[in-house]
Amino acid sequence: MNFDIVRYILGYVFMFQAAFFVLPAGVSLIYREHRVGLIYVGVLVLCALLGFLATRRRPQSRGMYAKEGMVTVALSWVLLSLTGAMPFTITGEIPSYVDAVFETVSGFTTTGSSILQDVETLSYASRFWRSFTHWVGGMGVLVFILAIIPMKGGEFMNLMKAESPGPSVSKLVPRLRDTAFVLYAIYMGMTVLEMILLLISGMPAFDAICLTMGTAGTGGFAVRSSGLTGYTMTQQGIITVFMILFGVNFNAYFLILHKKIKQAFRMEEVLTYLGIILLSVVVITINIAGMYPDAYSAFHHAFFQVGSIITTTGYATADFNQWPALAKTVLMTLVFIGACAGSTGGGLKVSRIIIMVKGIGKEITTLLHPRSVKKVRMDGRPVETEVVRSVNAYIALYLLLIVVSVLIVSLDNKDMVSTFTSVTVTINNIGPGLEEVGPMGNFYEFSNLSKIVLSFDMLAGRLELLPVLMLFVPSVWKKKHGTVKGLKNRMSKSGKGIHEENNGVCR
Amino acid sequence: MQIIIVGCGKVGTTLVQQLSMEEGNDVTVIDTNPDRVRQVVDDYDVMGYIGSGVSYELLVEAGVEQADLLIAVTGSDEQNLLSCLFARKAGNCQTIARIRKPEYNDEVHYIKEELGMAMIINPELAAAMEIARVLRLPSAIRVESFAKGRVEILKFKVKPDSVLCNMAVSDIHTQLGSNILVCVVERDGATVIPGGDFVLQEKDTVSIIGASKETLRFFDKVKIATNPVKNIMIVGGGRISYYLAKILISTGVNVVIVEKDAASCELLTEKIPEATIVHGDGSDEGTLLEEGLERMDSFAALTGIDEENILLSLYAKSKSDLKTITKINRISFDDVVERLDLDTIVYPKKITAEHIIRYARAMANSLGSNVETMHRIAGDKVEALEFIIQKKCAVTDTPLAKLNLKDGILVASIQRNGRIIIPRGDDYIRVGDSVVIVTTRAGLTDLDDILRKK
Repeated sequence: MNFDIVRYILGYVFMFQAAFFVLPAGVSLIYREHRVGLIYVGVLVLCALLGFLATRRRPQSRGMYAKEGMVTVALSWVLLSLTGAMPFTITGEIPSYVDAVFETVSGFTTTGSSILQDVETLSYASRFWRSFTHWVGGMGVLVFILAIIPMKGGEFMNLMKAESPGPSVSKLVPRLRDTAFVLYAIYMGMTVLEMILLLISGMPAFDAICLTMGTAGTGGFAVRSSGLTGYTMTQQGIITVFMILFGVNFNAYFLILHKKIKQAFRMEEVLTYLGIILLSVVVITINIAGMYPDAYSAFHHAFFQVGSIITTTGYATADFNQWPALAKTVLMTLVFIGACAGSTGGGLKVSRIIIMVKGIGKEITTLLHPRSVKKVRMDGRPVETEVVRSVNAYIALYLLLIVVSVLIVSLDNKDMVSTFTSVTVTINNIGPGLEEVGPMGNFYEFSNLSKIVLSFDMLAGRLELLPVLMLFVPSVWKKKHGTVKGLKNRMSKSGKGIHEENNGVCR
Repeated sequence: MQIIIVGCGKVGTTLVQQLSMEEGNDVTVIDTNPDRVRQVVDDYDVMGYIGSGVSYELLVEAGVEQADLLIAVTGSDEQNLLSCLFARKAGNCQTIARIRKPEYNDEVHYIKEELGMAMIINPELAAAMEIARVLRLPSAIRVESFAKGRVEILKFKVKPDSVLCNMAVSDIHTQLGSNILVCVVERDGATVIPGGDFVLQEKDTVSIIGASKETLRFFDKVKIATNPVKNIMIVGGGRISYYLAKILISTGVNVVIVEKDAASCELLTEKIPEATIVHGDGSDEGTLLEEGLERMDSFAALTGIDEENILLSLYAKSKSDLKTITKINRISFDDVVERLDLDTIVYPKKITAEHIIRYARAMANSLGSNVETMHRIAGDKVEALEFIIQKKCAVTDTPLAKLNLKDGILVASIQRNGRIIIPRGDDYIRVGDSVVIVTTRAGLTDLDDILRKK
């Protein structure tokens, strides 16, 4: 394990965290919340200081392998959450630090589950910060850092691999930095577009900005206690469309930008994703039609809720806890599917579901024709056995984690549905579940232990399980001595020789 | 520069490693073997495509229409040519192919012209030429030339009885009166650009730079033989041996080739009747001695097996004091191999990659001051680059001592109006000069890069 490089990159993460805090501090200036603003500045200075100290010494060895990549990403998310939670507790808005961490993890992982009973008790700065964590977490902090700081070498691909959702990560353009840049450019462009549309529709600027960031990151924190029920149908409609757009694989947008529109619309994952949305909307609309005055509003709420759940955003325009069982079950099934790989959404990802279903089909064929040779195909190309295997392993691990978490959370003695959905909606980064944790409820009543477990689930779900679990493998933390170090010393000595040389020749 | 590399074998991977590290290069690789593509994409910052490099569709997907350079280095000559042809037609990029079959070799110029290719590289021929160059001055391990042969970098090992033992680098100029510069010293696997007070020891591998006549005079002064080889024994009758024998015979060297395959012997004797072709096992001591190993002044182990080549060279060295050349295919473990007592080691794959990179780099620089020639001196650690100064820039007309050079940069020679200057602190670079820079920093593309950024 090369701790040097991990420290170095974490230093940059702290620097960026400090930069992120500038924004809520700015908001507090606008709304004259001076005390809160000062606290944000204080935490900002602390992060900047830590970042400065950690990046002062360059790493001796730039060796960055899959292991270092995963550990760096997992640690940076943990540290971002721990420092991001500090202002909430220091301002006294969320007195318990565990609660504050839960809230911040929920923000960065774009979950949107909240422990707050009334959002509007928070200062503007804190509400803004909550939503802003969604925006940062949506595309990923390390991807952001990669886009800005030039880092040479393919090894940094390991960072992006650990942070980007989906079974296999591909670059859009040869250079990692350019890829990260393109991703953020698309993200930024769509965010601005949504913001403008919401402003035109007459939404107050603060709400428009916060809700847009929540949509872009597929997060789900609202800024009013009533959630999204208080906005007009048009505004809700705009948000619905953008939620679904942000759940699409960003590769599709890249293809469209490069005028390969046909190819973009032939992406199997995107088509399946849109198909699932359509089907669910139809089923739910029919199911809930009786509850609403006209078919259009039933459709409107069904569409919004399906978009909100499948993209793992978690906004709510209606209390779907009151809906009939079929509608609720459909929504809870969508929880497990999630958005497309390479989008900002969470969940299992549509591409994994496709590979899994096709894998089952292949198994059945093999049973019927034991000698047949068949490959799982996607987008017309065979999927490598390795990918199929890792998808299966992923799903197994995912289920195991759910079972263990449900067991621990059930210590709180809530009803079965609340317990179960609280785990599934956090691990899939959705936000609201059913019953007690439904769209009008919150996670306040859970014990600290449960909150920690759920926070862990959120991180695990956002970072595709393995990076976070890696932190618990003892051998990861072993430092290797010996030959490598000796070599390093010698290298640095020869570097010194070169330095002397310059003086020798030029004088 | 957008570069597409077809084929991720050893040469392809070496190219990826070098080219992707250089600023401004976007590298895409294509190979049919998914494992290899995955490996390359994991290790380097490049884009990978799995599939055949002769598929037009795939080439377009990989961006051949925007590419500046396509390098085809798969194992098949025909595929390489086809990839280059497609690339030429689809986009408007420069193309480089590796062509190794001797039958194509005679027509190589025709092929190059007809297909509009920038460069065709034959690894075996390139290796043979490199070996032949070293054999002209067998006391040197490697000979690299700059400025059209007027400046040379010679690499040699300091023998125990040499006057150079325990001599400081600055004394070479004062005591021996040689106008040469020690640019790199390798000792125990570490590579140093030495300062004036650096003291040479026995077994150091030293690279010196100077005008060709001066370097020879220096060899005379420190009593290193400078006469070319007169006879050579080559074990292994492959393509390199064939090209090498042809080159050497044309310069009047006696060549003995030991080859164990009868058919290959037949073929060799048909093509090069002047050489003595021995049908026998080169790994048999008796055969080697019988054919006069002890009377030879050089020995080249060019069989297809690396381990055998190393052993043969070590054996030949133990029998008599002759110059040995060892061919090694595998690039890994090179620092271990370098430490053995083998005179000259030839890596055909590295030579190929180096030729291609030299071209790519010159292409990237076609705008500013040019990298005219590039050689690697100590493995991959040190590069010697020749720049031609075409216009005024930050480094011109300022005494070298006043330039704020980066670490690991040495201005090794300046050629002005046919005169070679080994620069001291009060010399300066002028427009029109040809300058050789020795550096431990890979990827210099412009002479301004040697200065520290303000």
